Amino acid sequence: MGERVGIEVSLAAAEAVKMANVDVVAAYPITPQTHIVEHLSELVADGELDAEFIPVESEHSAMSVCCGSSAVGARTFTCTSSQGLALMNEIVFIAPAMRLPIVMILANRSLSGPLSIWNDHTDVMSVRDCGWIQFFTENGQEAFDHVMFSFRVAENPAVSLPIMMNMDGFVLTHVIEPIEFWDQETVKQYLPDFEPVNRLHPDNPVTMGAFGLPGIFTEAKMAQDQALINSKAVILEAWKDMGDLVGRYYKPVETYHVEGAETVFLSMGSVGETVSLAVDQLRARGKPVGQVKLRLWRPFPFEEFREAVRGVKQMIVIDRAITYGGVGGPVASEIRSFLYLEENMPIITNFLCGLAGRDVTVEDYMAMFEKTEQMVKGKVRQEDYIIYGVRE
Amino acid sequence: MAKSELELSWKDLEVGCVVSEPGNASQYRTGDWRSVRPVWDTEKCIKCGVCYIFCPDMAIKKTEDGYFEADLYYCKGCGICAQECITGCITMVEEEE
Repeated sequence: MGERVGIEVSLAAAEAVKMANVDVVAAYPITPQTHIVEHLSELVADGELDAEFIPVESEHSAMSVCCGSSAVGARTFTCTSSQGLALMNEIVFIAPAMRLPIVMILANRSLSGPLSIWNDHTDVMSVRDCGWIQFFTENGQEAFDHVMFSFRVAENPAVSLPIMMNMDGFVLTHVIEPIEFWDQETVKQYLPDFEPVNRLHPDNPVTMGAFGLPGIFTEAKMAQDQALINSKAVILEAWKDMGDLVGRYYKPVETYHVEGAETVFLSMGSVGETVSLAVDQLRARGKPVGQVKLRLWRPFPFEEFREAVRGVKQMIVIDRAITYGGVGGPVASEIRSFLYLEENMPIITNFLCGLAGRDVTVEDYMAMFEKTEQMVKGKVRQEDYIIYGVRE
Repeated sequence: MAKSELELSWKDLEVGCVVSEPGNASQYRTGDWRSVRPVWDTEKCIKCGVCYIFCPDMAIKKTEDGYFEADLYYCKGCGICAQECITGCITMVEEEE
């Protein structure tokens, strides 16, 4: 196994991209993603990484270049945040339809306005339905490990889909953590060379990105949906093999103290560790509280999630994005919809918090638990969602 | 394209809807889109070939006697030939069922 080093998570992620021996990096710098691409451009300039670094003029071009390079069979990486994702939006939806296995780190940042550079999940939730494999990392080690994981899953011929690794801006990107690096031999064992299902090559001409008339469009979407659903088997296998190699076993849905829990928090991304501390304190007070962390977001891990929340009476769903004028945050609306047909559906309360980098502390999560108990007991009206901590 | 697209199930599609057979657009009957067709008046036609040059789909061919006619497999009935014809010898005629 490799050494353990103290390093900024962005730099570790860039080092992981280097170790994955990427062929093309096309990206435009944007806070808080900047350090990742800056470091990659240094690695290329210094001759440490034999890759094309394409400094494009916008994110729309970045994703377009990525589609082109992936189509010719080059291992392709990009990285963005917030407004950058918004600007590349058009091409983001095309990449999975063309089944191009691009790896993108999304350093999560609030979508403007007001103009903000800070962390929440409004950027990723704006592309919830874009057709990429999407998952969330909780700490620096997960981020490092999942760069290799991302290339392996995306490029698997049975998958051949782009993958979006979410990594909270600043909270993860700009902190220094002790990270256990893989050695190059382990990377080689884990990550095979990229052999594209289809490749643009003059010797065997094909057309990619052709139009689809009404007579075929629905079939094309069905095939794309099935491909995303079926990717789960490859995802599970990639996590299993990673565990066998480096000793860290990841799952689509992680649980913490769910044994006998009547109430569980549902978290995604880096807030999970703070929620766990709140769970510890509530457990110490004798409250039957647990935590479910959703790592895999697309394809949604239905079976694992159902299993994780079996027998739970209340669920506190933490959302880090607003659905204006809707029924709740994007995560909560989805969970409510999914569990609607389940027997003994738990009561779900939904707190929108941590918007644009506002701190959410252990005490805040405990306050959400108190509020949920009051709502469940009927002491306060149950609301579809609560924007937590807003000043009246 | 062995099958028409309306015979294909979602399982028949290539990964990413790649078109693996080069040049198969020639099998696509764009003539289905047509509601009017060009008809040449050979009394007025001077065989200049302007219609042939301007046709955006190369759906106009020269006949053995030097006049021109539309290939109705591809002709969409756009009317550019009639618009550009120097002598006004092309009339767009309604397609009837």
